[in-house]
Amino acid sequence: MAELNLSPRVIPDRLQSRGSRALKSWESLLLVVAILIFAINSFASPYFLDPWNLSDATFNFTEKALIAFAMALVIISGEIDLSVASIIALSSTAMGLAVTMGADTPMLVVVGLGTGLLCGAVNGLLITGLGLPSIVVTIGTMSLFRGLSFIILGDQAYTGYPASFAYFGQGYVWWVFSFEFALFVFFAIVYSVLLHKTNFGRAVYAIGNNQTAALFSGVRVGRVKFILFLLTGLMAGIASICLTSRLGSTRPSIALGVELEVVTMVVLGGVSILGGSGTIPGVVLAAFIMGMVTFGFGLLNVPGIVMSIFIGVLLISVIALPILWSRARRRAH
Amino acid sequence: MAKLLKNREILLVIAIIALVFVIALRFPGFVAPANLARVYNDTSILIILALGQMAVILTRCIDLSMAANLALSGMVAAMINAAFPGIPIPLLILTVVALGAALGSINGLLVWKLDIPPIVVTLGTLTIFRGSIFLLSKGAWINAHQMSDAFKALPRAPLIGFPVLSWLSVLAIAAVYILMTRTPIGRAFFAVGGNPHAAVYTGIDVGRTRFFAYCLSGGLAGLSGYLWVSRYAVAYVDIAAGFELDIIAACVIGGISIAGGIGSVGGAVLGSLFLGVIKNALPVINISPFAQLAISGAVIIIAVAVNARTEKRKGRVILKKAEAV
Repeated sequence: MAELNLSPRVIPDRLQSRGSRALKSWESLLLVVAILIFAINSFASPYFLDPWNLSDATFNFTEKALIAFAMALVIISGEIDLSVASIIALSSTAMGLAVTMGADTPMLVVVGLGTGLLCGAVNGLLITGLGLPSIVVTIGTMSLFRGLSFIILGDQAYTGYPASFAYFGQGYVWWVFSFEFALFVFFAIVYSVLLHKTNFGRAVYAIGNNQTAALFSGVRVGRVKFILFLLTGLMAGIASICLTSRLGSTRPSIALGVELEVVTMVVLGGVSILGGSGTIPGVVLAAFIMGMVTFGFGLLNVPGIVMSIFIGVLLISVIALPILWSRARRRAH
Repeated sequence: MAKLLKNREILLVIAIIALVFVIALRFPGFVAPANLARVYNDTSILIILALGQMAVILTRCIDLSMAANLALSGMVAAMINAAFPGIPIPLLILTVVALGAALGSINGLLVWKLDIPPIVVTLGTLTIFRGSIFLLSKGAWINAHQMSDAFKALPRAPLIGFPVLSWLSVLAIAAVYILMTRTPIGRAFFAVGGNPHAAVYTGIDVGRTRFFAYCLSGGLAGLSGYLWVSRYAVAYVDIAAGFELDIIAACVIGGISIAGGIGSVGGAVLGSLFLGVIKNALPVINISPFAQLAISGAVIIIAVAVNARTEKRKGRVILKKAEAV
């Protein structure tokens, strides 16, 4: 740890050109991997290239990717939110409860989004208000939120959602493009602009790189972080609406373990788990890769729990490989 | 007196006694010595696991894979026993502890040699371990009738009035206490967590110390794997799912700082007992067992908030913040 900084810095005579930097970036590597997996899948199964089939494949990642956009910002700012899957469960339970009270579809959307925002606000207040470490707080709220839906539901399930509610998870905007996919594209653009083109986005990077320096240069660290947790809660609420609508029912164990997949997606997208760097296009590509890999496994009849081994290995190796790579290069010099 | 009240362990003892007292007001049977012994026995596995988690947290790491490690080791123990009932149980336990430690050492190596953040490593190995149970067992259960009688009997066997399970946890507490307070590696856990840079300058290898912490937590998880499977006489993919949260909760309640360097064996034990009393009291006072998850969550948050306040008073947080960020 301490001795790493002692090696002399080599400053290049000339910076790399824009083009060569883009070629060597993590995102272009992801693009190559995505194309490869796409090619392998289309060879592995003759049904893969059918447009409707591809459209079905997008459901594997759209809901998780919606959360991953907000999570990317949270991780870039140097925090983490492990409670997202439990927020999905709690807001799905709240919507189910609203149905039994006779709520119609617009009301259900309000309930779903509101619950998500509320959960995000709880996380944000505990982390920025009391200054607690986000990892412990969200481990706590992870069991608190899901625990609340267990208290409300027990071993029961809510069904009986109105027919019009099914549109969010099952409807199509145009031809094979589902509502969820449209939402995915929309939020990909929104978060790209937010992170890469606004002052808020610069503040997120600044906090992730050096929180103290950011504070002294006038960034309202607490407020930015609070907004980030609020956004993550909101996105989990949106994902919950989509998932609940797609499944048509709510159980307290809904979306169990999704937080792991979301974090993996973000890290695979090139966001540093230590904060300070990463891009939304990277996360978008990672979402495609994970979606296509799980879909390909599905075509090969691989059980879900075996896929989760793959995701675990993927998570560790995408972090380990760059470290090993840079070490090997340093040794070569 | 004021100094006494600031002591974390004494506060916890008071809290536990108060909790038991309130329950006893309505259900006097709860404080019968036989029942209290039963509550301790029921908490034994949590205590053993919390001791391992404590060592890891002290070094500024975290082990989310303990429950998955427990389940995998437990499944292997059950499968070995089902296939070769003749193997003596002590040998089986040694095998499982070694297996658990080996699984823990995977975490340790990734943290030590590759510098990957502990949370990511253990989140990844959590799913890998769980998935491996499925690959090993093909999703099937190992049921009571497939296990040998000796396998199932050991944790329950009475020894000087208490079950072996209780004695094993007492033994674990004593062993870890000696390790923490009387050996160089135990002190190194504290040094690494308290200030990693200072630890390097005093000649402690930070990575190696963390590696040993993970081996310890893995070994204890392996032991708990056998105890869990033999006590409940069943092994399947999802045993102890989500139990990692209880283990961390026990540590956080016990005053072990998630920022590393602060904590004690007594704290870990009392934190586990606090959770154990709540868990055993819920059915008695007619609260649905479904409420337990939410209660653990709330207790974690309250405990970490309290910890943050007490740590702040010591005036070391300012320094820590500047470098932790």
